[in-house]
Amino acid sequence: MEPALLSPAHYKFFHIPVALFAVLIPLVGTAAFVFIMKRRLDPMLTAAPDSRWDRILGRVIKVLKIWLAQWRQPRYMTAGVLHIIIFAGFLILSVRSTTLVFLGFWDGFVFPGFGGAAGHVYAVLKDYAATAVLLACCVAAVRRGIFKPERYAVPKRYGKDHTGEAVFVLALIATLMISESLFEASLVAAQIQQLQPAEFLAPGSLAWIFRNMLVDTPITQLQSLHIGAYFVHDITFFFFLCFLPLGKHFHVITSLFNVFFMRLERGNIKPVLHGVADDQLDDLESFGVKQYQDFTWKHVLDFYSCADCGRCSDHCPANAVKRPLSPRFISIKGRDYAFNHFPLLGADQTKDDEYRLIGDVYDEDEIWSCTTCGACEQECPLGIEYIDKIVDLRRGMVEDGNVPQSLQKPLRALEKRGNPWGKVEKKRSAWVKAVAEECPVKLLEKGAEAETLYFVDSISSYDDRMQEIAQATAKTLDAAGVDFGILGKDEKDSGHDVRRFGEEMLFQDLRAQNTDAILESGARQIVTADPHAYNCLKNDYDGLPPVRHISEVLLEKIKKGVLKLSAANGDGKVYTYHDPCYLGRHNSLYEAPRKLLDAISGLERVEMLQNRDRSFCCGGGGLMLFYEPEEEQRMGVLRVQMAAAAGANVIVTACPFCLVNMEDAIKVAGMEGKLEAIDLCELVDRHTVA
Amino acid sequence: MAQLFAYILHKDGELDDSAMELLAAAKKIDAGANPTAIVAGAPDGLDDVCNKAAAGYSEVWKVASDALAYPDAEITRKILVNILPADGIVLLSHEHFAMDLAPGLSVKLDSAFAADVVDIEGADGDTLKLVRQAYGGAVSAHVDCDASAGAVLTLRPGVFAAEDVSAGGTVVDKSGEAGDTATARKFIEIVEAEAGDVDITKSEVLVSVGRGVEDEDNIEVAFDLAKAMGADVSCSRPIVDAKWMAKARQVGTSGQTVKPKVYLACGISGSFQHMGGIKGNPFIVAINKNAKAPIFQVADVGIVADILEFLPDLTEKIEEA
Amino acid sequence: MEILVCVKRVPDTSENEIELNSAGNDIERDDLVYSVNEWDNYAVEEALQIVDKAGGSVTVVTVGDDESEEVLRREMAMGADKGILLSDDAFEGADGRGIATILKAAVDQGSYDLILTGAQADDGAAQVGGMLAAMLDVPYASLVNKIDVNGDKITVGREIEGGNQEMHEIALPCVLSIQTGINEPRYVGIRGIRKVASVEIPTLGAGDLGLDAGAVAAKVKRLDYFLPDMGEGAEMLEGDTDEIIEKLIEMLKAKGGLK
Repeated sequence: MEPALLSPAHYKFFHIPVALFAVLIPLVGTAAFVFIMKRRLDPMLTAAPDSRWDRILGRVIKVLKIWLAQWRQPRYMTAGVLHIIIFAGFLILSVRSTTLVFLGFWDGFVFPGFGGAAGHVYAVLKDYAATAVLLACCVAAVRRGIFKPERYAVPKRYGKDHTGEAVFVLALIATLMISESLFEASLVAAQIQQLQPAEFLAPGSLAWIFRNMLVDTPITQLQSLHIGAYFVHDITFFFFLCFLPLGKHFHVITSLFNVFFMRLERGNIKPVLHGVADDQLDDLESFGVKQYQDFTWKHVLDFYSCADCGRCSDHCPANAVKRPLSPRFISIKGRDYAFNHFPLLGADQTKDDEYRLIGDVYDEDEIWSCTTCGACEQECPLGIEYIDKIVDLRRGMVEDGNVPQSLQKPLRALEKRGNPWGKVEKKRSAWVKAVAEECPVKLLEKGAEAETLYFVDSISSYDDRMQEIAQATAKTLDAAGVDFGILGKDEKDSGHDVRRFGEEMLFQDLRAQNTDAILESGARQIVTADPHAYNCLKNDYDGLPPVRHISEVLLEKIKKGVLKLSAANGDGKVYTYHDPCYLGRHNSLYEAPRKLLDAISGLERVEMLQNRDRSFCCGGGGLMLFYEPEEEQRMGVLRVQMAAAAGANVIVTACPFCLVNMEDAIKVAGMEGKLEAIDLCELVDRHTVA
Repeated sequence: MAQLFAYILHKDGELDDSAMELLAAAKKIDAGANPTAIVAGAPDGLDDVCNKAAAGYSEVWKVASDALAYPDAEITRKILVNILPADGIVLLSHEHFAMDLAPGLSVKLDSAFAADVVDIEGADGDTLKLVRQAYGGAVSAHVDCDASAGAVLTLRPGVFAAEDVSAGGTVVDKSGEAGDTATARKFIEIVEAEAGDVDITKSEVLVSVGRGVEDEDNIEVAFDLAKAMGADVSCSRPIVDAKWMAKARQVGTSGQTVKPKVYLACGISGSFQHMGGIKGNPFIVAINKNAKAPIFQVADVGIVADILEFLPDLTEKIEEA
Repeated sequence: MEILVCVKRVPDTSENEIELNSAGNDIERDDLVYSVNEWDNYAVEEALQIVDKAGGSVTVVTVGDDESEEVLRREMAMGADKGILLSDDAFEGADGRGIATILKAAVDQGSYDLILTGAQADDGAAQVGGMLAAMLDVPYASLVNKIDVNGDKITVGREIEGGNQEMHEIALPCVLSIQTGINEPRYVGIRGIRKVASVEIPTLGAGDLGLDAGAVAAKVKRLDYFLPDMGEGAEMLEGDTDEIIEKLIEMLKAKGGLK
């Protein structure tokens, strides 16, 4: 039986077999693609090392969850659903598109495993997939082109608007869907006209609609349409393939790998150089990222993978208060650097040794503006990391001596005295005097022994207001029957933010001193009420006894009935809990503090809109207290406004830095009397039943 | 006792406030001293200045030189070396001119040097008994200065109280002894600070406002008071954050470090970040409506009051006085 | 351009109360930490910036004991090419004049186009730079907050009252004392200090410098330290507003707070 229409494999155009083109196009397209990918790989091959081949199972799980199941997409419902449709459609249609490429010169080609019944099921599936993708593209194009959600906007200093590229790619995808459907529909329409058995088209699908439109079209025209649609699809397909690595749609290719290699744990900081042990750091020529090739290959892959979706910046507190930092553009600028300096045609444009990324690609203030809160990484749908890059850039600046004066003072004081204010070591335990009668605090520096070490850290030790947190912590520990002591003058700053501000060697000095003191104290567990200390001891230190946050300890004691809390006094106050970044996002400790609050019976608690892993940074702790960023507003002010919007009049934190920032913000926002801030320990202390 | 000299600063035909303070200081070295004032400058109008100096000093040496059209320390040093006796005791006011002039002068005269003297307890033979401060005024020290071969002392402005005296002194013209005034350092010009740009780090008296001011419109109560006192206005961080004042006016670890003599903290709670910017142990007056504000622990004098009510009252009383 | 920067190790007194020792003749130094004098640090940064533009080298020198080597290393970690420690028992107790004399002897052993000092130190008298210039018979400018190099001449700005700047043209060689704020000194990290930890720093004594003890004998001697009378905490003014204001005005007058 004659086929209803000549397939591309047999069709001749002015006596020339079009199959020739059907062979040539994939050959040329694939060659171009391989060439482009090679150029894209070049900067990754010369980049710094990165250890990402460990824990394969964990990585596969990440791929299944974050890549395949698109786990983070629905955090933005509309965009997320659209993306899931397009992503799933792509996965489904990849088989069909590949099949089409072969059909151009291989009549009757069937993708292995897609013959018979499976082929028919797949045919229905892909018809609907193409239809859904087309619809999703239309909605997405309207969204991007007409409604223009705020987060896609490109501020002037970062260059031109990216809408054009986005809409162009949507148009390419739509073209693929339409041409594929037309190719199919024209054949089916011809089959129907010639009363041949026709391929079943899924009712309501794009191909089905086209078939219905084409059913009366003359055969000659259907033949032209069939061949035309084929080549439109073929050319678009290979154009699209080569276009992907030229812009933000590179993520279509890289996301799988980016997610596979993404960071598996949080709260930690990458080593200065993968493969170099701490005791060999002195031998390194240079520290941190100063030039592009100092980034690790994974970080270059991050740059390539950025889909420009703007979710990171949408949740970046620094961006929200108009600090000169937008994580999205950390990636975009990093990607553009690679594109420009490793051009597709022409030699690599490597820079001389004096060249610095800081000042050219990134600004000093941009890099110092980050509070390392982790909101960006939490949000990124394809696992791009920012904190390690920021810290690496800071390491480079620190070594170059390029550190703001406002940070030099506390850093020097930390070096000399182990606290950022340069206060005398022996006053580190001065806060215990005020509680000496109620609960004598053991000083392990003097040889006393205790089961539990309370690691206070600098701010709760020295700051007048924050000493109250230390005092409340001591009292609640005492009430809970915990045998505890403090290191006193032997305790140094944990160095948490010293490390995150790029002064790695100073951090390691502090870590060594604390580690010695802690091990020498003989304590069998460590408890802290400062999430920065908690994160640091837990994730930056090695070989310490187990570290717990005070909320975990107190909750356990309440459950055991050792610690009893009185009921709320019915004063009508409404409480809300603010998740400190280093307790929540970096350590997933969301529930214990909430359960502690709920253990106070009758306490009315509400949630802010941005809670748990979407908590909004208070303004930053540690050295960030000393840094003076350019900003239009304080993060804390936005945060207390969120608390007020939730209907709360008490904001409970579990971090001394949060408390500093919140109390300040309440005053700046003029909300005294309407809103108050309190630390979790202080609240528990008030409700402790003797 | 060796002869005492006082180097007189003057500007636009007027004596500097320190001119008569040096006289008071000389009397503390030796109550019976009749120090000689040295008035150097361009010839034009110099006689008038000499006469003003002669109102307090019994003898005034006039040194007129065209080279001193601008009072340049290097030229002045050359002149002084020529006219001063080797064992004289020279007093100057401790500010930028003397800092430029005096240390080198003491070397050229081969005499002892003591800077920024805050008190003089007298002389024991050729030994001058002086008091100096160190570590930003946190501690003072008794200092012995061997003036047997002469001495150059710079005295902190404002601490030696000038007394009303009428000496009706004589003016001696020493211009002829000035000698060669060529130096390898040439004065070019004065670059004026930008108008309205207050450098609070140099202010001696600061009226500093904090959150207690509550609203931008209330800032003027501080400016009114500062105007009445002859002070400058500074502030704490929240005021700058609120963009009510320029960053240049912020006192604190993240702002300016100031070293005033008197610091009026108005509605400032006194965080360590703020207090960290205050050096030189000034006299701190704290006005705050919160009696428990930590500022009261570090202030010398505390007043519990609402600054929005208190400051206007204070301004009024100062203006009346 | 060959630049010598004179630096000094001083107690870092910024955050902690200064207390007297039990004998009352010195401040309590047990709990003190030391660092390079802040003004000197600006001077070294300025020297480094000049050399960055005009070429040459930076040498840092200090008079002190072995512990003073620490500040030389810190400044070398900043980028100074060479350090010289001037140390001798005979130098102990030297006054500013004595320090200037020792430094002059060291300067004479080298060949420097520009010598920088800090304008002052918290425990000093802002004197050494001016004295050194006079001894060397070269021009001097104090409180310098701007330097422009043009050939064998430099243009400097001196910080005078009201934030104004006194501009001079000075022929090299000369001595300048540097005011804070002239630049933003770079940060010196632990890593930088470790890198220069083993660099040899020559130590010169009185003999090496051709000085005898008499040359540095002090004419000005500090006898003690004592606490100026300050009182404890705030004296709270109470009473009605008029009384308070009256008392306050009196106090302000006494302290120089009213003009």
